Amino acid sequence: MGTKSISDINDIRDKIVNGAEKESAKIYVHMGTCGIASGATEVLESLKKDLKENNIKAAKIIKTGCAGICSKEPLITVAMPGQEPIIYEYMDESKVQRVVREHIISGTVVKDFAFARGMEAEIQERIENKGAPAGQKVLDSSIPGIEEIPFFKLQKQRVMRNRAVIDPNNIEHYIGRDGYQGLIKALSEMSAEDILKTVLDSGIRGRGGAGFPTGLKWKFAAQTENSTKYVLCNADEGDPGAYMDRSVLESDPHSILEGMVIAGKAIGSHKGYVYCRAEYPLAVEILNKAIKTAKKYNLLGENILGTGFDFDIEVYEGAGAFVCGEETALMRSIEGFRGNPRPRPPFPAVAGLKEKPTILNNVETLSNISQIVAKGSDWFKGIGTEKSPGTKVFSITGDINNVGCVEVPIGTKLSSIVNEIGGGMVEGKNFKAAQLGGPSGGCIPLEHLDVEVDYETLQEYGAIMGSGGLIVISDTQSAVDIARFFMQFCQEEACGKCIPGREGTKQMLNILNRIYSGKGRTDDIEKLEELALVIQSTALCALCKTSANPVLSTLRYFRKEYEEAITA
Amino acid sequence: MVKEKKPEIEESLSQEEIQELDKLIDKHGADEEQLIPLLEKVQVLLGYIPVSVQERISNKTGIPPNHIYGVVSFYSYFSMEAKARHRIQVCMGTACYVKGGKEIAEKIEADYNIKLGESTEDGRFTYENARCFGACGLAPILVVDGKIFGKVSIDSVDAILDEYK
Repeated sequence: MGTKSISDINDIRDKIVNGAEKESAKIYVHMGTCGIASGATEVLESLKKDLKENNIKAAKIIKTGCAGICSKEPLITVAMPGQEPIIYEYMDESKVQRVVREHIISGTVVKDFAFARGMEAEIQERIENKGAPAGQKVLDSSIPGIEEIPFFKLQKQRVMRNRAVIDPNNIEHYIGRDGYQGLIKALSEMSAEDILKTVLDSGIRGRGGAGFPTGLKWKFAAQTENSTKYVLCNADEGDPGAYMDRSVLESDPHSILEGMVIAGKAIGSHKGYVYCRAEYPLAVEILNKAIKTAKKYNLLGENILGTGFDFDIEVYEGAGAFVCGEETALMRSIEGFRGNPRPRPPFPAVAGLKEKPTILNNVETLSNISQIVAKGSDWFKGIGTEKSPGTKVFSITGDINNVGCVEVPIGTKLSSIVNEIGGGMVEGKNFKAAQLGGPSGGCIPLEHLDVEVDYETLQEYGAIMGSGGLIVISDTQSAVDIARFFMQFCQEEACGKCIPGREGTKQMLNILNRIYSGKGRTDDIEKLEELALVIQSTALCALCKTSANPVLSTLRYFRKEYEEAITA
Repeated sequence: MVKEKKPEIEESLSQEEIQELDKLIDKHGADEEQLIPLLEKVQVLLGYIPVSVQERISNKTGIPPNHIYGVVSFYSYFSMEAKARHRIQVCMGTACYVKGGKEIAEKIEADYNIKLGESTEDGRFTYENARCFGACGLAPILVVDGKIFGKVSIDSVDAILDEYK
């Protein structure tokens, strides 16, 4: 049991911000799932070996989560005291050897594989300073500063502010980056009503898909009287092509725990669950460790930081069912049943998990909460659009040059995400469409590429913000095949409880298969449209209600491809 | 005298495995909320959850067998079929699909004479699809026994699988 107080946490922070930590050499190894899959573990091992062989004891190795730009992995960042940090790309064992010998021992940058100068977390400081912050010696000005690279320059880090700079398994790193300041404020200076008001005023909307105002959801649960209430974190990221939540879980788990405790105080709950898919073993491991450490530091559990508030969190491993991302299905799953959704009302804020008032927020939403509370609602509204303030994280993949996890102000143009941050199409491929929102979403074609990415505007064009998967498709892909792909996914993942979901998706898939294989019938398009509308209005839950979207959206922009496939 | 029939579970599992299974069941207890976590551990222990194992869980916990069957058949993490020595998963997330995952799946099906969800006759590979490992930056992805291989091409599949005998 922890016995720490608020001043203990603040002491830890002050020590890190002002302390001797700055004086030692640091080597950051970026070890998210993608990094590990690209060879980061081997890079780490050879780095340890080379440091030992050269008898370098003063250098600290920091294992962080993802550095954002997956297409350059494995990446390491070398920060020697008094010098600009250097990010190295595409590392392997022999490259590590050269970095240790030339950069760490002799102080010369290995230009051959240097990617950028500086670190993402320092971008703002670097822009204000027109280069390296005071006290950092520039080693080689011919390497681009990170603030000059569009992939990083156009992003705005809030949810991802700690990526690549903290070790997710080291709670003191998080505290040193102002972590748990929101919690301290919420527990020691604010009433539940104050917290609710701040979250409402911030205008934050659920980042899981539909964009429902978070504060409103909390308010409903707060108003329902019950001695037992629950706070749930939806980390069941089942959207194919989306991995932002995994990235946050793996690089900054405490930000989610902190958000959940604050939510607990706001609605009067003392128990939370993180529902995380078992396909994310690293995220589950990191989360469990974070919970254990937070308890040790008295930031979770009984009488948190001596403020008299109790809150406990457990991780619940999902067993692989897309429908469990739907809130009522997710709750059934935690209760130990098949993840079947149920009709609403009653809404979970009134009767959710075990029939008790429950709120469910996704990873990204919760990760924003502590900063909103610490810095205020006006700060949060400082970026984004009037109706949708803040940032949104997207995982951008497909046929573009810079694949990765990016966080941009809501309202950023899609063209800017694809062409500037994404670095445009890979050589030899032409842009056809950007698919946003996975199986509930739709395509935006070339003629609308300048659309602003916010909840309402995207819907006008037949796509959705969704959870943030953004796949850039080239003109070598068939629109019918893309629609077929998503319909197959929905059909396989439909829980089978309602007829539109069970039979409707199957019929749509049959027709799409028929068209794709060249056996389409003349009235097939009409039938698809009719089925789509029936499923949209009659299915039980959002999974099947929205399953028609990819079909409708490809029909809207690429109808000709369907017609050609049928007449051919 | 009628010869007593051996319980079905003893035909498919060793005594050690049954002991381990019982330990897990005892640890998780009869709480319905612990059922999915229990089944996840059983899946890891045995590689599959046949009906005989479901019956044993039901007998020891009092959770109705139809409830357990319903849960096992609902979630894709659970399997009722015994697995081969190695598990191949071709990622069918969108990024992998558009970048060649489909062709890799077709190649494995044709060259290894195996259908989705099945195991090869020699007990070497079980072949499955997976929905997005969240490493889309490396698309297309092939996962063998939990190890992720990124940027796989049709030509590199054989070399990867040759390492698994």
